[in-house]
Amino acid sequence: MGSEGAEREALGYDVVVVGGGPAGLATALHLVQQDGGEAPSVCVLEKGASIGAHLLSGAVVDPRGLDELLPDWRQRQAPVWVPAGQEVFRYLTGRRAWTLPTPPQMDSHGHYVGSLGELGQWLAEVAEAAGVEIYPGFPAAEVLYDDAGSVCGVATPDRGRQADGSPGPAFEPGVEIRARQTVLAEGAHGSLTQAVIGRFGLRREAQPQIYGLGIKELWEVAPERHDPGRVEHTVGWPLDTFTYGGGFCYHLDERRVAVGLVVGLDYENPYLSPFEELQRLKTHPAIRPLLEGGRRVGYGARVLPEGGWQSLPQLSFPGGVLVGDAAGFVDVPRIKGIHTAVKSGLLAAEAVQAALTEGQGEAADLGQRVEQSWLRAELRPVRNIRPAFRWGLLPGLAYAAAETYLLRGRAPWTLGHEPDHRQLKPAARCRPITYPKPDGRLTFDRTTSLFLANTNHEEGQPCHLVLDDPEIPTRVNWAIYHGPETRYCPAAVYDYEPDAQGQQRLRIEAINCLHCKACEIKDPAQNIRWTVPQGGDGPGYQGM
Amino acid sequence: MKVLAAVKRVVDYNVRVRVRADGSGVDTANTRMAMNPFDETAIEEAVRLREAGTASEVVAVTVGDAGSEEVLRTALAFGADRALRVESDAPLEPLAVSKALAAVADREQPDLVLMGKQAIDDDSNQVGQMLACHLGWAQATFACAVTPADDELHVVREVDGGQRTVAVALPAVVTTELELNEPRYIKLPSIMKAKKQAIERLGLAEIAVDGSPRLELLGVSEPPPREAGEQVDSAAALVDRLKNEAQVI
Repeated sequence: MGSEGAEREALGYDVVVVGGGPAGLATALHLVQQDGGEAPSVCVLEKGASIGAHLLSGAVVDPRGLDELLPDWRQRQAPVWVPAGQEVFRYLTGRRAWTLPTPPQMDSHGHYVGSLGELGQWLAEVAEAAGVEIYPGFPAAEVLYDDAGSVCGVATPDRGRQADGSPGPAFEPGVEIRARQTVLAEGAHGSLTQAVIGRFGLRREAQPQIYGLGIKELWEVAPERHDPGRVEHTVGWPLDTFTYGGGFCYHLDERRVAVGLVVGLDYENPYLSPFEELQRLKTHPAIRPLLEGGRRVGYGARVLPEGGWQSLPQLSFPGGVLVGDAAGFVDVPRIKGIHTAVKSGLLAAEAVQAALTEGQGEAADLGQRVEQSWLRAELRPVRNIRPAFRWGLLPGLAYAAAETYLLRGRAPWTLGHEPDHRQLKPAARCRPITYPKPDGRLTFDRTTSLFLANTNHEEGQPCHLVLDDPEIPTRVNWAIYHGPETRYCPAAVYDYEPDAQGQQRLRIEAINCLHCKACEIKDPAQNIRWTVPQGGDGPGYQGM
Repeated sequence: MKVLAAVKRVVDYNVRVRVRADGSGVDTANTRMAMNPFDETAIEEAVRLREAGTASEVVAVTVGDAGSEEVLRTALAFGADRALRVESDAPLEPLAVSKALAAVADREQPDLVLMGKQAIDDDSNQVGQMLACHLGWAQATFACAVTPADDELHVVREVDGGQRTVAVALPAVVTTELELNEPRYIKLPSIMKAKKQAIERLGLAEIAVDGSPRLELLGVSEPPPREAGEQVDSAAALVDRLKNEAQVI
């Protein structure tokens, strides 16, 4: 959808940041924080109705990034104040739980348990007070290029288009935000990021990105079960040994406990349902007692990049840079990406500032700045751990131990990745999985869960999930894989219904979408495109 | 004609509210807030009246804490000319709000006060009626169409079983239904402009309004959860269950 039929207004800034998460806000704040000379004008666009509405993480926060961004964050009452305490790492079988030695990467000493959404809201307040302009409810839907082919800003989507794409009575064209530098901080698998990576070939020397799908519930537990700061991780059951993933229980303040499961999207069995696996995980005897007598107050899902160091694309391009999860800065063995997102934002701000000052179109030294920072020192040595789990859970754990204790990250080789969408096996070659029915107290169905994500999309707008070929779901997804999107989607967006000829047709309930991006990543035929809906739509997470 | 549009900041309608564990109210910390949807139609109508040349000035007013200035910024972005907040850190009951608005009306001397018929947080549906009473003005509640005609307004009201058209003399108070109009999408440049506009403030003491509560809140609770449904095999089984188990037929 272009701007046909209406002139778009254009606004100018030095820097436009796409996405109000930790990476984008850190970049914006650090740009206006720098001493000497006039601060650049910075505008942050956020697709959620408010900052934090689309943020979701565990989260155990390593404060290293915050320490550099705002050394006095503790005095400023940042909402990260539950020190991580008792820590447990367990291997689960159907009925038993074995405590494993906590790997050094998972040591949470000096870390904090908190909510990324609340941290984001606070960072946004600090950034606004420092002079950053932040506009929630206004996504960037289109990259703007100048005559030389460089990125020169972004455009917000049109509003008030009808389902067929034609302008409705309240039609309001999008706005162009033109900027000397565009910072893409959209989070994992951002739609503009994907376009820019493709156009400039930023992945030429990098491995494909791979992802995990994180599904999380927020519970208010009985007071006697609450142990603020407690951090639990599990591997094993309910996932089979060849499916990468693990569970977590983090105790926040105010009786809140975050319970979740991350499943590697390189799983092979199309019958697998990450949502139902989380429901099963909660019934394990090691977890059930924690939640019994409590109530679930939040639900959400989001993919996270798991490719690690070898999957980082080139970080700069003519007219802009990539930061945070959009680039893939997650320390996978530590399952932490907030401190790395903040750090990548700091480095990007410095590189962008230098490019602005020197009048260069590309902050080309960003890659070098990352190479010389602790990001490389943290991410590169652990690069082989995640890919080793393709050999199975126990070999993966053994390899991880060998890398950590014997090779100490100095292995002369680097393991590669295969894109997640190529991993599914035909349904005929896989064992169907029967999941137990939800009980409505501890375990739930998707529809009930969505209610707690406060998700909504204004009705009557064009469907933001687009099929390149509407026949492929019937011919490929259903015929070969038995409709895997009905199971991997944590938001019940996809469903199959027989048409008049008895053919199974895909039905898309885009209104439910949680913007997790799993479908665009996992769809075996790469036929589903996630486009940006009208501003303010999507989930309304609180404290996630 | 000068129009005063009253708006309130409430929990966003998409948010599922949570009752505090001790039953003392609804948890609004970190909750997404927005303009009351009924007030959106009021401010939209006011701006349309000005765009049509009927109104000369639109003043947005709210009663609340500093955070509620956010909805005044929204009102300015809709197109209000000025914005004014009556300062009150504690939430006020409808009677006190109506007195505060009456005091503002005394100072501003509008010809028309437009406001939502009710706010979606407490659903009181009282302020407009009480305001008209304090001012001694005409009132037309539940408006789904407003047409200016000489010195009066023709207002179509939603009533039980249909609609009723009334003519009210100005000055008047009109409370709005969602059917009145479809509020516009606010433009990003309008929001940017609204951020820089000044907001006037007025203390409760300055207008001599007593904000102390007259009602005592005994408790707030969630509706009991619904039992999960069950699918039966046949119509006969359904009739049997309704007859013998539920005993409703």
